[in-house]
Amino acid sequence: MSNSLIDIKEVDVTYPAQGFGKKPFKALTSVSLDIRPGETVGLVGESGSGKTTLGRAVLGLAPVTAGVIDYGGRDIAHLGRRERRALASDIQVVFQDPYSSLNPSLTIEQILAEPLTARGVAGKTARTRVRDLLGQVALPADAAGRLPREFSGGQRQRIAIARALALDPKLIVCDEPVSALDLSTQAKVLDLFIDIQRRTGVAYLFISHDLAVVRHVSHRVAVMYHGEIVEAGDGDQVTAHPQHPYTQRLFMAAPVPDPDRQAKRRVERQRLLAAQAAAGQA
Amino acid sequence: MSTVAVPAVPLEVLAEAPAGKVSLLRRLLRNPIGVTCLGYLVLLALVAVFGRLMAPQDPDRADPGNFLASPSAEHLMGTDSTGRDVLSRLLAATQISVAAALLATVIAVVLGVVTGLIAGYFGGWFDSISSWIAGLLMAMPGFVVLLAARAVIGPTVWMAMVVFGVLMAPGFFRLVYAAVTAVRNELYVDAARVAGLSDARIIGRHIMSVVRAPIIIQAAMAAGIAVAIQAGLDFLGLGDLGVASWGAMLNDGFAKIYNQPILMLWPSLAIALTCIALTLLANALRDELERAGAAPKRKKKAGAARDDGDVIIQAADVIVHGADAHSQALTGEVLLDVHHLRVGYDQPDGSVTEVVHGIDLRVHRGSIHGLIGESGSGKTQTAFAIMGLLPAGGRVLEGASIMFAGQELAGGSEALYRGILGKRIAYIPQEPMSNLDPSFTVGSQLTEPMRLALGLKRAQAKQRALDLLDRVGIPDPARTFAAYPHEISGGMAQRVLIAGAVSLDPQLLIADEPTTALDVTVQAEVLELIRDLQTELNLGVLLVTHNFGVVADLCDQVSVMQRGLIVEAGPVRAIFHDAQHPYTQSLLDAILDDAAPRGPLGADREEVAP
Amino acid sequence: MLSYIARRLAAGVVLLVAITTVAFLLLYAGGGNIARRIVGQSATEEVVARKAAELGLDKPLWEQYWNWLTGAVHGDFGRSWFSGETVVAGLTSRLAVTLALVCLTTLIAALLAVVLGVLAATRRGWIDKVVQFGSVLGFAIPGFLIALALVVVFSINLGWFRATGFIRPSDSVSGWLKSITLPVIALAVGSIASVAQQVRGAVLDALSRDYVRTLRSRGVPSRRVVYKHVLRNAGGPALAVLGVNFIGMLGGTVIVERMFLLPGLGQLAVNATTQADIPYVMGLVLATAVIVVVVNLVIDLAQAALNPRVRLS
Repeated sequence: MSNSLIDIKEVDVTYPAQGFGKKPFKALTSVSLDIRPGETVGLVGESGSGKTTLGRAVLGLAPVTAGVIDYGGRDIAHLGRRERRALASDIQVVFQDPYSSLNPSLTIEQILAEPLTARGVAGKTARTRVRDLLGQVALPADAAGRLPREFSGGQRQRIAIARALALDPKLIVCDEPVSALDLSTQAKVLDLFIDIQRRTGVAYLFISHDLAVVRHVSHRVAVMYHGEIVEAGDGDQVTAHPQHPYTQRLFMAAPVPDPDRQAKRRVERQRLLAAQAAAGQA
Repeated sequence: MSTVAVPAVPLEVLAEAPAGKVSLLRRLLRNPIGVTCLGYLVLLALVAVFGRLMAPQDPDRADPGNFLASPSAEHLMGTDSTGRDVLSRLLAATQISVAAALLATVIAVVLGVVTGLIAGYFGGWFDSISSWIAGLLMAMPGFVVLLAARAVIGPTVWMAMVVFGVLMAPGFFRLVYAAVTAVRNELYVDAARVAGLSDARIIGRHIMSVVRAPIIIQAAMAAGIAVAIQAGLDFLGLGDLGVASWGAMLNDGFAKIYNQPILMLWPSLAIALTCIALTLLANALRDELERAGAAPKRKKKAGAARDDGDVIIQAADVIVHGADAHSQALTGEVLLDVHHLRVGYDQPDGSVTEVVHGIDLRVHRGSIHGLIGESGSGKTQTAFAIMGLLPAGGRVLEGASIMFAGQELAGGSEALYRGILGKRIAYIPQEPMSNLDPSFTVGSQLTEPMRLALGLKRAQAKQRALDLLDRVGIPDPARTFAAYPHEISGGMAQRVLIAGAVSLDPQLLIADEPTTALDVTVQAEVLELIRDLQTELNLGVLLVTHNFGVVADLCDQVSVMQRGLIVEAGPVRAIFHDAQHPYTQSLLDAILDDAAPRGPLGADREEVAP
Repeated sequence: MLSYIARRLAAGVVLLVAITTVAFLLLYAGGGNIARRIVGQSATEEVVARKAAELGLDKPLWEQYWNWLTGAVHGDFGRSWFSGETVVAGLTSRLAVTLALVCLTTLIAALLAVVLGVLAATRRGWIDKVVQFGSVLGFAIPGFLIALALVVVFSINLGWFRATGFIRPSDSVSGWLKSITLPVIALAVGSIASVAQQVRGAVLDALSRDYVRTLRSRGVPSRRVVYKHVLRNAGGPALAVLGVNFIGMLGGTVIVERMFLLPGLGQLAVNATTQADIPYVMGLVLATAVIVVVVNLVIDLAQAALNPRVRLS
């Protein structure tokens, strides 16, 4: 696929052994995934499945031990610190925890201006840009002078999104960006993500454990299990007609918010589990 | 001064270390202890600089004819063993003592902070070597090392303080190292790296801003210790006795302790006051840091303050749906009847912050009542209040009634609850790992309540625990029984907690977000388990959750909570299909499960252009 | 478990060799100067050279070190340059006095600190305020000032205890206790202050843990929760501080022993230091290093016994 924005090819991530006599930990095994410009690829999986590691590998924060991450025709999996820094204007991030992803001792303006001044943008231009960014994520301009702790979880996540947008990136890695938020806040922040994508054409690698969230924002969906992608495809296909046994189990396990339909799903899940056990599938 | 080890500043202080130096200084100036200590230290600094000029007499001029004189108009503090004026000597001695302490502190700070930053941020071989050396230096008793050094270098104050500075450096190394390694894993440092910041910038901006205040605190403590150590050396006669210092004066006074004990008073006071001022200053600083760090936390915990506008709290009309066919079939006797429950937290200023504003709630035997709401709605507070397990400062306010099987629990003593908790009302917590004591085996935590409450023998309790572990679906009960909590998975731990909850045959189960911390597939199994146990034991269950899927899966009755009030209650189908309250409706609208999937890229083109 | 101890002891031996090597090189590097300091500034070069030869200071440094090391392995740490007493004999008699003092102080400090810390954390209110304020003062005021105050008040003014003079426990246990009462108090105050503060913090932290609520929800009385579960979890950090204090006290005894004229390690240390009696200084360094290694091992074992997550590996 030549029209990919980023093409992850058979990537392994192995963390070196923690301490003497322990084994290195292989977090990803031969993972391949591509993302097109302006597209959202949802990455679903349970804890320990490697979905966060894949995001960190794209960001250059995890040690890629095999494979290639092709971005703009070159491999970005093994860049030096300086070259990696240059990529900041292309690939950005929004983390899960809105409390630890913003430095508590810096003002919002300092946080948002940081990526700009690091690239030599003058103070005045940076300030104007900060105003503009706050507007983009629907926060008041007077937020600039305040500290992160004065904001709620949802607002902090908007600030984190604004920081990611500061350099007009082509791709944002979103690592569980709404899972720490309340239901109603979550819906608003997701709408903001979609809205920004339509306006700017940015692509998302959208990592979440929540199927409903992924289905809502993703054009395509990939399912991870034990460090591998077990199923990938168009969002409506994967979520409506999962093929892989694990994906089937995963989707059956999520309770539907309706007592009668959930009662049916419970029965279906039992039937699926029994059938899979009988077939001896992993 | 008996120990050289500087107590570490707790890391949680670091994590929440707020804003800049300026605001901390300003806060310190408002703190009475802090401002007193600062005042004393400023005075001390002035004396240290101008002491010799301020001295009324020549501090070194001996007057053999007038030795050991008592305080008088001529000699306000008397004279010493060779007839020198004590006040003048004290003023002059301040310079040496303060300068010596400062030297040791500066060396410790510079050495410790620089190495700590490098080792903590870059790791690698420098980390290994410097950590090893720091451990070595910290292990040795500083005073003994100083004595050994004294044997080589002879009686010089400055060299001794250089050595002592090196000995104190590991304290700063450890502090900075711990802070750096903690901060290095913070997401905002990752974000800064992704944002293209250089390492130098990340250290300068993100890491120094966090460690700056704790370094100042530790430096104040270290300076106090250095003052004491320097005085101790001179007191022992190991320093240069020709030079006037507080310790040398003490040495002189000690020799004449039976003749003129007051001679010891002046240098002792100077040393003690300086050490106390430095330590109290460090404490005041830490208090201010903690206060600043704690403020937003408390706000979050109480959950009363939210940013979406102030709402006047009043017991508005609750929308109550009547029973439907499903719920009628289930309704057994009323187990728990909560009426007008209000929960408040006592504030330091004497006021009470109310977080639950008068709610009514009923749980029937054999049915599951869901209490659903967003964070800060007061649902967990309600659960804790029913069990009498509110955190410190929290209490059930007057006028409330918590009737459980005919017994009033509101405002009940610990003794009253002891007969109820576990045996009749049981609790399943949210976070499986943190709810098991890490220092005891799973088995001992399961059997302890059984042996206390049911009077079972050790073997009987063990058998029962094994049966329960088997019942909750743990594959190898004997192994789990003998395991420590950190040796089992989160899903297993939650099963262990469920086993513990039903171990004393309760009638009512209060489950607080029992599956929130679990993966979806594990959640499905645990929900299954709770449902089975509920039917099997005919339990009444109060299920606290924020997840509508969980409610739909388990609950018969639902109460929707918002900002400490129940806004709507009724049978589960009525809530899902016929919600009346705008808040309930907005919550249901926010559910994504039924929203259409987004579809492949390009499919939503038409959405772009209106 | 046994292999863990063996490995720790091996690491301890490596540490001892490292410390003594560094100490030896630093102490003996001054070769000729040491001899001059012993014979006095006015002595002729010839006298100095003779003294240096007599003490073996004229040999190459590595040869001196090798001699010391081979001697040390066989338990021979040389003789004092002044009294002629063997270092081993001089150290052991004094070590007993100091260790008894420090161990007794640690025991008393640990007990009092746990009681005060638990009371402060569980009762809060005024008890907490008093303990906290007392801890800050106890930590801030140097131990030798406390010792001085004790001497002035209890020995000189009230005459309850003799300020000077040591009675061996083999002569009279009550006399011994009486002669070390003031030293123990002087040493203990700082230790109690820091350990109580640590216990208080650790208990408060443990009390806020989720498992405390869960245990209480199963009907376990809160007193039992505190003394069985909370204290055990709070024990680790408290033990660590206690260990640091024990080692710090080895330094603190120097001043206290001097002040109360106790014939312990501290006395010896001051004399050896002022006279530049290098064999003794070396012996002292080694003795303290051994104590440090042993104490740290004991503390680590105790912590492992309390906390299964640091089970020895």
